[in-house]
Amino acid sequence: MTLDAKIPSGPIEKKWDAHRFNMKLVNPANKRKYTIIVVGTGLAGASAAASLAELGYNVISLCYHESPRRAHSIAAQGGINAPKNYTNDGDSIYRLFYDTVKGGDYRAREANVYRLAQVSGNVIDQCVAQGVPFGREYGGMLDNRSFGGAQVSRTFYARGQTGQQLLLGAYSALSRQINTGKVKYYARRDMLDVIIADGQARGIIARNMVTGELETYLGNAVVLATGGYGNVFYLSTNAKASNATAIWRAYKRGAVFANPCFTQIHPTCIPQSGDFQSKLTLMSESLRNDGRIWVPKKKGDTRNPADIPEEERDYYLERLYPSFGNLVPRDVASRRAKEMCDKGFGVGSTKLAVYLDFADAIKRTGKETIAEKYGNLFDMYHEITAEDPYTTPMRIYPAVHYTMGGLWVDYNLMSNVPGLYVIGEANFSDHGANRLGASALMQGLADGYFILPYTIGDYLATSQFKAVADGHPAVAEAKGATQERIARLLAVKGKRTPDDFHKALGHIMWNKVGMGRNKKGLEEAIQQIAALREEFWKDVNVIGAAGDLNGELERAARIADFLELGELLARDAHHREESCGGHFREEYQTDEGEAQRNDKKFSYVAAWEHTGDGKEPKLHKEPLEFEYVKPSQRSYK
Amino acid sequence: MNFTLKIWRQKNRTDKGKLVTYAVSNIPPDASFLEVLDVLNGDLVRKGEEPVAFDHDCREGICGSCGIMIEGRAHGPNRKAATCELRMRSFPDGDTLTVEPWRARPFPVIKDLVVDRSAFDRIMQAGGYVSVKTGQAPDANAIPVPKHHAEEAMDAAACIGCGACVATCPNGSAMLFVAAKVSQLALLPQGHAERKERVERMLAQMDAEGFGSCSNTYACEAECPKQVSVQHIARLNREFVRATAL
Ligand SMILES: Cc1cc2nc3c(=O)[nH]c(=O)nc-3n(C[C@H](O)[C@H](O)[C@H](O)COP(=O)(O)OP(=O)(O)OC[C@H]3O[C@@H](n4cnc5c(N)ncnc54)[C@H](O)[C@@H]3O)c2cc1C
Ligand code: SF4
Ligand code: FES
Repeated sequence: MTLDAKIPSGPIEKKWDAHRFNMKLVNPANKRKYTIIVVGTGLAGASAAASLAELGYNVISLCYHESPRRAHSIAAQGGINAPKNYTNDGDSIYRLFYDTVKGGDYRAREANVYRLAQVSGNVIDQCVAQGVPFGREYGGMLDNRSFGGAQVSRTFYARGQTGQQLLLGAYSALSRQINTGKVKYYARRDMLDVIIADGQARGIIARNMVTGELETYLGNAVVLATGGYGNVFYLSTNAKASNATAIWRAYKRGAVFANPCFTQIHPTCIPQSGDFQSKLTLMSESLRNDGRIWVPKKKGDTRNPADIPEEERDYYLERLYPSFGNLVPRDVASRRAKEMCDKGFGVGSTKLAVYLDFADAIKRTGKETIAEKYGNLFDMYHEITAEDPYTTPMRIYPAVHYTMGGLWVDYNLMSNVPGLYVIGEANFSDHGANRLGASALMQGLADGYFILPYTIGDYLATSQFKAVADGHPAVAEAKGATQERIARLLAVKGKRTPDDFHKALGHIMWNKVGMGRNKKGLEEAIQQIAALREEFWKDVNVIGAAGDLNGELERAARIADFLELGELLARDAHHREESCGGHFREEYQTDEGEAQRNDKKFSYVAAWEHTGDGKEPKLHKEPLEFEYVKPSQRSYK
Repeated sequence: MNFTLKIWRQKNRTDKGKLVTYAVSNIPPDASFLEVLDVLNGDLVRKGEEPVAFDHDCREGICGSCGIMIEGRAHGPNRKAATCELRMRSFPDGDTLTVEPWRARPFPVIKDLVVDRSAFDRIMQAGGYVSVKTGQAPDANAIPVPKHHAEEAMDAAACIGCGACVATCPNGSAMLFVAAKVSQLALLPQGHAERKERVERMLAQMDAEGFGSCSNTYACEAECPKQVSVQHIARLNREFVRATAL
């Protein structure tokens, strides 16, 4: 198999325009002859489904949530980037492109990133027109803030609920199309397999989560907009139900999985407080604009933070990175926090936390100003920890947050399986080895509103479709395989709950495939995950019936997939003998402890092909070429 | 901490359902209410019993999935918090808590604490949008919006669609939910072209779904986790008068 990224030729700023002109169009009258299945109603899925329906295609939209508006995108807090340069501080498409390629530690495709930067301005226009109440200045113009260490202010926001407002915008567009009948929408449907007939993705098998029935949905193309797989670590900032099943099933049907080990650990989350804990809560990155991060200079110091005098505190980010200070990128901030705790400087009862202190900012700007900026986050922190961040520093610790890896797609956002498109966090395309803050929302909406609706037309216009109906062997096979899998899960009747296994997997992942990785640990992880998987299929207890609303069965099926994906993630991390972005191999660091890339050997996308259960996956390499942003060692000193 | 939970168990839409008593022990005060249900469910599964079904996802008060009546209060005793944000330190140790699903005719129980709130989606489909196609938008700064309008629109738009307002209303009215959207779009110039149709259609759909009408008890505002104000209902009423008088 050769992976052809299908990057158009020509200068980077002309590629997308030229490509749009060269693509074949579907005649307006013919659009209604095509049906497109969009799985997922997050930012990527809702925007795609609405835009495709507006063009005249028939769209089938599904999600496992009870309503499209509940998708995990709703939880994004901080903001969305676009190089509008409304602040006149020197931003441009090229600068956003440059920052994203550099921030991704030179492991993203230049052409994709450039296009993303190009269309991101239209995304903001679209959202405003839908009635998204972005933050504004007194003159009525849109406000921008600087986010995640960017040197320009290009982030649009709606208080601390940007994801919610953007999703409600996309949801409103989707609702309008449901009302017109162009979108047929199905809630509480769990996609469990994709149907590939005659070499083309033609449908999916989904479980009706209320009745338990397996249903078949057929069309001319399938779009997966099913989000990220951060929950493979069990504890993460992702919503509880976020999972990898859709992309994992596609992987097992031949779609290649790119850079699974590129996961993002966010530096500012509320630390874990006990074993009962079911998820981690993010404290927005924007807090680092005003908060100062420190630990006591003395190991194991148990004094109250207020009793630790200034000269006995180590503001380690300011010390190590004088020019960026507390605003270094996420991967750097996370790693340094872990390092401090590993060395024994951690604070709080678990010693797995560092302080994020607002005392100076409150002194400088007043409590009111801080409350206006971060009031809702401070309240949330207070609610969870019973501590008041206005008077005592927050305790924070890194947590798994985002997955840059995902199914491999070409420039058209199509996987290597014809007709199978992947958008949003589910694909691997734009963030390389590390995503910059406020760029996931931008990418999800860019994919759904402005990229996929064009590229999918070219595929439909240039492909031949044979009739595929319920009786087709591919449909029967997929349905049978799904049925059998469910029966197998229910038949184990062991002793341990699915959640038990998930926690055990998370433990291995976090300790050995988390922030710091090394050869030995990864080899152990690969073995331990395989052993745990075997144990799962012997000892899991899935209670209840197949033909009923059954949360345990849903979870068990997802965990079974995580148990496979976890191993692939570790394998990918093991093979990539370099450090880059969020992937930190302890053996490969500079004298100063920064990530050391190896561009000669690893300047490629690692795309893994499933070769059968119990067999080693096959590695394919898509070489990366940097014509515009020349790779250099990232420096934030 | 230890608690006695009396939880509504109902197999499916047609089952009659009943309260079943369970004990949970050794709960840390920092645990959230949903984590207590997790603990209970773990115990039940180990005993071979069916766990309690409940909707949840983000567990940080934004997706609107969770929604449980605890001791007769929607989302429990804390103001400004969804069920998932509620920590056990809000209750006295040894407490007995009655745990029930939302009760409202348009929200039928699907199983245990899970209800069907798709009526909310259908109200939105009837008119909760601006009819702008992808690609039609002018530059984002082409139309200035006074800051106080944008802020007030945001107050309304903060609604998470949880349904606590309906569950808590003696009439089972969805007025606060509908008002939040009507008001948001009435406050923004982008929403003006369709303001007449929007309010009429959304209210008609609300009636068709079987929600009751508003008699200004303000129970909804008191229990709304996002503190959506009843002033938005006043604005909705003005929008409706305006729409029907023109
Ligand atoms: C707490 C938090 C804060 C964040 N803040 C920011 C921020 O400030 N700025 C930023 O840019 N990014 C942020 N991110 C990242 C960003 O929110 C996500 O990357 C993005 O929203 C993902 O959108 P999506 O459409 O790809 O997927 P999602 O929103 O996760 O949607 C997935 C959809 O797929 C459906 N689905 C999945 N699997 C199946 C299946 N098998 N069958 C049926 N349906 C399925 C789900 O029901 C859902 O509708 C944040 C993330 C988190 C966790
Ligand atoms: S108005 Fe408040 S209570 Fe009603 S659905 Fe919205 S957030 Fe929930
Ligand atoms: S689980 Fe999302 S609001 Fe409670």
